[in-house]
Amino acid sequence: MVSIKTENQIGFSILSFLGVQLKLYEYQAKEILRKYNIKVPHGVVVTDAETVRESCGDIGRKKCVIKAQVHAGGRGKGGGVKIATTLEEVKRYASEILALTLVTAQTGSKGIKVNKVLIEDAVEIKKELYLAISIDRSSSAPVIICSTEGGVEIEEVSSKSPEKIAKERVDPVMGMYDFQARNIAKKLGMTGKLMIAASQLIANLYRAFIGNDCSLLEINPLVLTQEGEIVALDVKMDIDDNALFRHKELLAMRDFSEGDVNEGKAIASGLSYIGLDGNIGCLVNGAGLAMATMDIIKFYGGMPANFLDVGGDAPVEKVTTAFELIFVDQKVKGVLVNIFGGIMKCDIVAQGIIQAVKKVGIHVPLVVRLEGTNVQIAKTILDNSGLDMIVAESMKDAAEKIVQAVNDTR
Amino acid sequence: MSILINSETKVVCQGITGASGKFHTEHMLEYGTRMVAGVTPGKGGTEIFDIPVFDSVKGAVEITGCDTSIIYVPAPFAADAIIEAVEAGIELVICITEGIPTIDMLRVKAYLATKPARLIGPNCPGIITPGQSKIGIMPGYIHTPGTVGVVSRSGTLTYEAVWQLTQRGIGQSTCLGIGGDPVIGTSFVDALTLFQDDDDTKAIVLIGEIGGSAEEEAAEFIKNRVSKPVVSFIAGLTAPAGKRMGHAGAIISGGKGTVKEKVACLRKAHVTVVDNPADIGEAVEEVLK
Repeated sequence: MVSIKTENQIGFSILSFLGVQLKLYEYQAKEILRKYNIKVPHGVVVTDAETVRESCGDIGRKKCVIKAQVHAGGRGKGGGVKIATTLEEVKRYASEILALTLVTAQTGSKGIKVNKVLIEDAVEIKKELYLAISIDRSSSAPVIICSTEGGVEIEEVSSKSPEKIAKERVDPVMGMYDFQARNIAKKLGMTGKLMIAASQLIANLYRAFIGNDCSLLEINPLVLTQEGEIVALDVKMDIDDNALFRHKELLAMRDFSEGDVNEGKAIASGLSYIGLDGNIGCLVNGAGLAMATMDIIKFYGGMPANFLDVGGDAPVEKVTTAFELIFVDQKVKGVLVNIFGGIMKCDIVAQGIIQAVKKVGIHVPLVVRLEGTNVQIAKTILDNSGLDMIVAESMKDAAEKIVQAVNDTR
Repeated sequence: MSILINSETKVVCQGITGASGKFHTEHMLEYGTRMVAGVTPGKGGTEIFDIPVFDSVKGAVEITGCDTSIIYVPAPFAADAIIEAVEAGIELVICITEGIPTIDMLRVKAYLATKPARLIGPNCPGIITPGQSKIGIMPGYIHTPGTVGVVSRSGTLTYEAVWQLTQRGIGQSTCLGIGGDPVIGTSFVDALTLFQDDDDTKAIVLIGEIGGSAEEEAAEFIKNRVSKPVVSFIAGLTAPAGKRMGHAGAIISGGKGTVKEKVACLRKAHVTVVDNPADIGEAVEEVLK
């Protein structure tokens, strides 16, 4: 859609945040929860196993847990979580985990290189629970989700025993009422003083959710310890990208080190890029059309190499960067450009393509489909450019031609 | 006939002196839309394209009698702009702005529930009744007047679908983009209700995408309440789970919101769902026969 660029009163361009996806590491989320008086285990973050001894302080004197810090769940099964009882073990496991490229159900087959581990005192667990807040799109409200089945994926509980999940809608204007917090605490099986303590934790969690513009704030598991304390053992916190303009402190926590290098570069250029497994690069304007372009490539037997939305306007530099992003991916054996120029004039886009192609140098088949304002002028420009490209007449024609061209080069 | 807007609709543009507001106001005027007022706080009393600019929507309503607003106000201030319009008595608010925080929109939506006003968007291309009024950022010339209602979560993909119709000589009653955000003012079900009740709409095109359950809710509604033929395409079959595909709302989370689920629900409701986005025009031609 349209991106409205403005120097607003906050003093920086909001455009620079569009399309940013901010996921926080477990240790960062826990730091935030601590500020809201939610109890989390005593812990320390280490990036180099050699520094364990100095960093740990009084952690690691008894049983403790070493956890890989990556933006993905399912770490335990992938070997990213270990339990140690001595400092030597802590050091050994930290070193092992820091050497890992962790592959879990959520990381994709390439996995994620672990750069940080969190070392935490272990707690004696009496009961594992689930507590989360997210946005319910259907009822347009925050919703508290809880279950007495903690420590497992909530999707698993949802499919096996949905009756064990309770939900409470929160009025977005009035906020969460105390009685709602108590209801949730009761549904978590808490009674007496524990019920009051849990309801306070729930109210604090809601404050953290709203105060940080979260899209998801999940504690799994929330544990009741043998000592009778309620502790957030693992936390997942996703932030609404659109709200980052008012959360500079969260923006400072952003870490591109484990993500797709291209995705980070795209964000910096105001493009929306997501790498995929196929070999046909896509350059499209608009998110819906970009997805549909990927889909039609698959429909005709090809596989898209990426999602790429150049946005509502595409000056030459942006188109050039888009081509550069596509060709960082060595798998790319052909490129499909699909532009429906509404606001964007096709002749401008055509000039952008020519300059970008000349600069980047393309050695694979290029199919260009342009439609919209000034399309005839654009086609003449492309025809006269002397560049080796295939001009397509429609989306269907374009998809068939690029799939054919890529198959021919095999 | 049409839904929501026609040649009588009197439009105020909030954010008219900004780059986007100015650019699109010119194009809306070119299309023949009755642009009667603009609002930019601090620029009241000036004019742009011979349209009077006001400091507030209330001022614009009092002097010009505008009934519909289009908003190009930057995201941090857009939620406020929506509420200002409704407080001033505007009945239809179209918010083009992308990037409004979700929590702001939750509050706006709760507020709107108590008011006799409708919001379209945010993060949408707007609405057009071909030949009568264009309130949005879509290219006017790809549309042609007719009897097919188009509703979509996308921008350029809607243009693609509309273009396929126009090229086949199939005109549109009204086309509206409801927006790509997780929390929006007008849902698929709202749009379907309007198209079902519009005598001059003979068929409906519904363009969805991954994420959320708006298509599933639409399917349920179509099964029970829509007698007109519906053609649909759902984008994102090849989108990986857990990644936000450009639109804030286009994400498969926890295995929910996939194309497969949505298509299955729509087909159960006897909707003609095409697997190939290039087949939308042809499918509409078929159902109109």
